[in-house]
Amino acid sequence: MADIYVGKESEFEDRGRKVVAEGDVEIGVFFLDGQFFAWENKCTHQGGPVCQGRILNRVLEVLDADKTSRGLKWSEEDVHIVCPWHGYEFNIRTGRHPGNRNIRLKPFDVKVKNGEVYVVV
Amino acid sequence: MDSGIERARELPSRITIKTDTRDILARERNYQIARGFHDWTIVDVDAHHSEMTSWREITEYLDDPILLHYAREFQSRTGAAPGLANHMPGLRYQDVGGRIPHQQKLDEPVDDQSVHRDVTLVRRSMQAMGIDHQILFPGNMLQLGTHPQPNVEAALALAYNRWLCDTVLEKDDNIVALLYLPLSEPEMCLRIIDEFSGRKGVKGFMVTSVRFKPVHHNSYIPVYRALEERGMPLAFHAGPNWSDDYMKQLDRFISMHAISFVLCNLVHLSNWLVHGMQERFPKLKVIWIESGLMWIPFMMQRLDSEYLMRPSEAPLLKKLPSEYMRDMYYTCQPIETSNMTLTEAAMKGMDAGKTLLYASDWPHWDFNPPSTIYDLPFLGEQEKRNILGETAVKLFDLDGSGNAEKGA
Repeated sequence: MADIYVGKESEFEDRGRKVVAEGDVEIGVFFLDGQFFAWENKCTHQGGPVCQGRILNRVLEVLDADKTSRGLKWSEEDVHIVCPWHGYEFNIRTGRHPGNRNIRLKPFDVKVKNGEVYVVV
Repeated sequence: MDSGIERARELPSRITIKTDTRDILARERNYQIARGFHDWTIVDVDAHHSEMTSWREITEYLDDPILLHYAREFQSRTGAAPGLANHMPGLRYQDVGGRIPHQQKLDEPVDDQSVHRDVTLVRRSMQAMGIDHQILFPGNMLQLGTHPQPNVEAALALAYNRWLCDTVLEKDDNIVALLYLPLSEPEMCLRIIDEFSGRKGVKGFMVTSVRFKPVHHNSYIPVYRALEERGMPLAFHAGPNWSDDYMKQLDRFISMHAISFVLCNLVHLSNWLVHGMQERFPKLKVIWIESGLMWIPFMMQRLDSEYLMRPSEAPLLKKLPSEYMRDMYYTCQPIETSNMTLTEAAMKGMDAGKTLLYASDWPHWDFNPPSTIYDLPFLGEQEKRNILGETAVKLFDLDGSGNAEKGA
C-alpha cells in the first residue's frame, strides 16, 4: 500500500477532477459536494479511459402518477462520469452503472491530510 | 508539500475532439504489448473517414457539368447539408449528446502537409490499434442508396472513388478500400469495376445496404458476374435509416440503431440466399458488414427452418441456407458480449475461425479495438489470429505486414 499525492484540496472545484498515473495504474479523483471519490481510469466495458470523459448528471424519465410519460430531465442527485470510448456511464459516488449494480469501477481510498489529497494504491 | 511524497504524473482531465487519436487509443496499444499479441497480423475490415469534411474536393471530381454547378452552389448555403448528399439529420445523435467525442469530430492538430489530413488520421488510428491494413469506407455516403436521384448516387460514387484513389490510396500502401458501387445504376457499377479494378489499394467493391431495391434483381446480375470474373470481393455495408416507415416508430436513437443496421442485412441476405445467388456466383466472395454477430445464428436457424418446409420457393438451393452462410464472410463489429454463452454459440454456429473478420468501425461511437477479439475466453489462438487478420489477408490478397511501427 502506498499513498500517491494527487494535489492540494484547494485545486479541486466542485465537480472537478484530476486524473493521475503511477506506474501502470491510472486513477481519477473526483470532488463532488465536498467529498472525494477515486476510481480506476479503466472502463469495465473495453478498458477505455473512463475518468477522462464528460461529467453529466444522470438522465431520468418523468412519469405521472398514472404512468404516462412526461419526458426526460436531469437528476438533481446522481452525477455520472461517462466513458469517452463508448458512453458507459457510472455514478461518481458509487462507481456503479445505472442499469447494473454489478458493473462497477474499481475504487481507491482517498485521504486528505493538511489540505493535501492522496489516493491509496 | 510536507510529506515528501512526489506528486503523481497528471493526465489530461478530459478527452475532447481536440485530443490526438493516438492518445485516445493509447491504452489499446499498451494492452496489446502487455498481452503479447502486438506483433500479430491485424486487418481492420471496416473503418471510416469523414468524407463530408472533404466534400468540396470530392465534388470537384464530378464529370457532369450541371451536377458540378449544383454541388458548388449548394455548398455556399448556410445550415444546409453538403451539396447533393443524402444526409440523414438523425445521425447527429450518434455521439450521445457529446458524450463520445471521437464520434463528434476528430479535430486534433495535424502538422504533416505532405498528405491529406485523413491519411494522417487513419495512420494514427492504425498505429494506436496495431493495425497492419485498414479498409476505409466513407460515412454519410452510405445513405446514398436511398438518394431520390439515382443518377446523383452514380455520379457521386464515381467522383468519390476517384478522389479516394488519388488522395488516399495512392499515398499509403496499407490503407485499402472496397470502392463504392451505386447499385441503382448498374451501368455505372460496371464502369467503376472496369475503371478501378487494379488501381492501387482497391481490394474489392461495396454496396451500401441502406436501400430498398432487391439485391437479386436481374438488372444487377451483370454487376455480380463482372465482380466474380475479376475475382473482386463484394461487401454489403449495413447502415441506419430512420426514414423507413418501420423505423419511424422508434423515437429513440438507441432503438433505431439496434434494429436498423441488422434489418438491412436480414433483408438483403434473405434475398441473396433464397434467390440462389451463391449458386449462380459460387466464386464471388461476399462480405456482410456491420451488424454485430447475433443476427447470424438467428438467420441460420430461421432460414433453415423455413427452407425445409418450403423448398419449392427456393429451387436454386442445393443445400441449407446456413451452409451457404458459412461460405460467406462477416465483420464482427459491433460485437455483442454481454452474454458470453450466446456469443460463443454464435461464433461456433457461424464457424467464426473461417468466416469472421475483425473490424473496428473507428472512429464511430460503437467501435471495437482488436483486444475485443483477443479477450474472448472461448477462442483458441489460431481462431483469434484468423479473425483478427489472417482470414482477411487471404480474402483480400494482402501481405499481412503493413504496419512498420508495430512491435514493442
